[in-house]
Amino acid sequence: MNLWASVQVALIALRVNAMRSALAMLGVIIGVASVIVLVSISEGTKAAVEAQISRFGTNLLIVRPGSSIFGGRRGGAGSATPMNDSDALAIRDEISGVSGVSGEVSTGASVIAGNVNWPTRIQGVNAEFFDVRDWILDEGRLFDEDEDSASRRLAVVGQTIVAEVFDGASPVGQTLRVGGVPFEVIGTVEGKGQTSFGSDQDDIVFAPLSTVRSRLGASRTPTVRGAVSTIYVDVGPGERIDNVILDIQDLLRLRRGIEPGADDDFSVASLAEFIRARNETESQLGLLLAVGAAIVLLVGGIGIMNIMLVSVTERTREIGLRLAIGARPGDIRNQFLIESVILCLIGGVIGLGVGISGTLIYAEVGQLEIAVNPLIILLAIGASVLVGIFFGLYPAHRASKLNPIEALRFE
Amino acid sequence: MAAIPLISARNLTKIYAMGGEEVRALDGVSLTINSGDYVAVTGASGSGKSTFMNLLGALDRPTSGHLSVGGEDLSEIEPGNLAGFRNQMVGFVFQQFNLLARTTAVDNVALPLLYAGIDSAERREKAIACLKLLGLGDRLGHHPSQLSGGQQQRVAIARALVNDPSILLADEPTGALDTQTSTEIMAVFDKLNADGITIILVTHEQEVADHARRQLVFRDGRVLEDRS
Repeated sequence: MNLWASVQVALIALRVNAMRSALAMLGVIIGVASVIVLVSISEGTKAAVEAQISRFGTNLLIVRPGSSIFGGRRGGAGSATPMNDSDALAIRDEISGVSGVSGEVSTGASVIAGNVNWPTRIQGVNAEFFDVRDWILDEGRLFDEDEDSASRRLAVVGQTIVAEVFDGASPVGQTLRVGGVPFEVIGTVEGKGQTSFGSDQDDIVFAPLSTVRSRLGASRTPTVRGAVSTIYVDVGPGERIDNVILDIQDLLRLRRGIEPGADDDFSVASLAEFIRARNETESQLGLLLAVGAAIVLLVGGIGIMNIMLVSVTERTREIGLRLAIGARPGDIRNQFLIESVILCLIGGVIGLGVGISGTLIYAEVGQLEIAVNPLIILLAIGASVLVGIFFGLYPAHRASKLNPIEALRFE
Repeated sequence: MAAIPLISARNLTKIYAMGGEEVRALDGVSLTINSGDYVAVTGASGSGKSTFMNLLGALDRPTSGHLSVGGEDLSEIEPGNLAGFRNQMVGFVFQQFNLLARTTAVDNVALPLLYAGIDSAERREKAIACLKLLGLGDRLGHHPSQLSGGQQQRVAIARALVNDPSILLADEPTGALDTQTSTEIMAVFDKLNADGITIILVTHEQEVADHARRQLVFRDGRVLEDRS
């Protein structure tokens, strides 16, 4: 008996009990749909994280002071002696594999241009900062090392400042009063959008580090000359990040006079790892949900098996007749197996539709960029066929083992 | 042409184990049936007549003894080849018709051809020819529920004949029909036998048995009477 004939026989049988077939499919539909939604969302999140990492720069290291300890009382993150300008210079000059270094200090201040007053964040940075943090010049120019050391009152502004303070017009050459101090705007940088934490990265004014420290009083510390709150280090392409981290740690321990065996009072963090770690919990949650979806699929399969067993019992006489007119046990087995696979396949296709729509709705509502991977279609179809075979095998086997005489007498 | 026995049973025995007790459903039956015979098998229920029919139709296998049908030794035949035997050598007609519900008359009749591996165009052609032979040319697309009992049984007979079997095995073919329809169906059997097909039918109605040329009366698993 050929496959097409078996498929036709199976379709007739399914149509005869349309309601029951639909209910039996429901488990598979829900299972397949949830697998698709969860896998798509989890993949979309992963892609978003990777995009975020590459936007931040995967080669970025962040050096910050750690916790101070005074007589056993720990001061909390950042309370240890700040880093300073010479730490940054030392890292740049003495560590191999480093392609750029910039210190950073920051403070909040209101900026005024014309009659607009806008509270924002002022970041004092070295000239290399723009390369290190991948800020791309949009208009005008950036300041150089000499202008930084000379504490020139120059400003490079983000796109939010352009929009809010200068009303979208070019600010280059304009004067911007920052906390009462006039700065000349020399350039703008391209927008970066929001961070994953929701803060606007473009709502920012960059100025030479020494200017921000001396004029605006950021990170002014009586005990440390030239203090910076953070040092950003750009590791050159192809360099081993972990080696560079170890070298910086050794250098800073030496410079900060930390005795061997004592803990570091600073941290050298890789941003990529930080973001990955934060998202690890999310992907584990995704995995858990995927397992849940697989269980739904399993329960759906059990539903299929149940319905197939009912169907075999109900059609015992039919099976007996088929055997009497020349069906081989294998024909009977295939007939029920095909029926089960078709049941699951239809469920899988419907589930695919529901799952894709669900994913698209989720993406729309959540404003996320989620692409449904074409592989997922294969996965869904494959999973439904497997469920159909796996859970159809036992009922089909039972049907094929019926004794024709007893089957024909079955009431 | 010398009468070569189509069916030959020697010391045919079938024992069922029922609740730890052995039931000798057939107890050493020996007989021959020739090609073209018209045989009625009668007897009380439990006499072994149904068991005999099941063995003839290869639905069951004898416990001991020999049974050959159309040159095939059914006591020796491989279990895997039983389906082929049932498909080609015999046609079954049942008391309850056993037609597939929600399936047209043509598709019901074509069913044995499906298992014979014949392609769909030929299946349909043969099924229609068979239905026409039985006077159902105007009921091809009807479902069993749209047919009378007599028409349903004629569809079932058409199904039994569609693969050109040597033997037609009918188990109480008129058991579910009224007297007039029974007469019609028996007329069909008479005509088929006149055309040369061997018919063996199980019945408990004497009027039906009288249509046959030979009557086998079973009792307690043995042939009590063999009248021609």
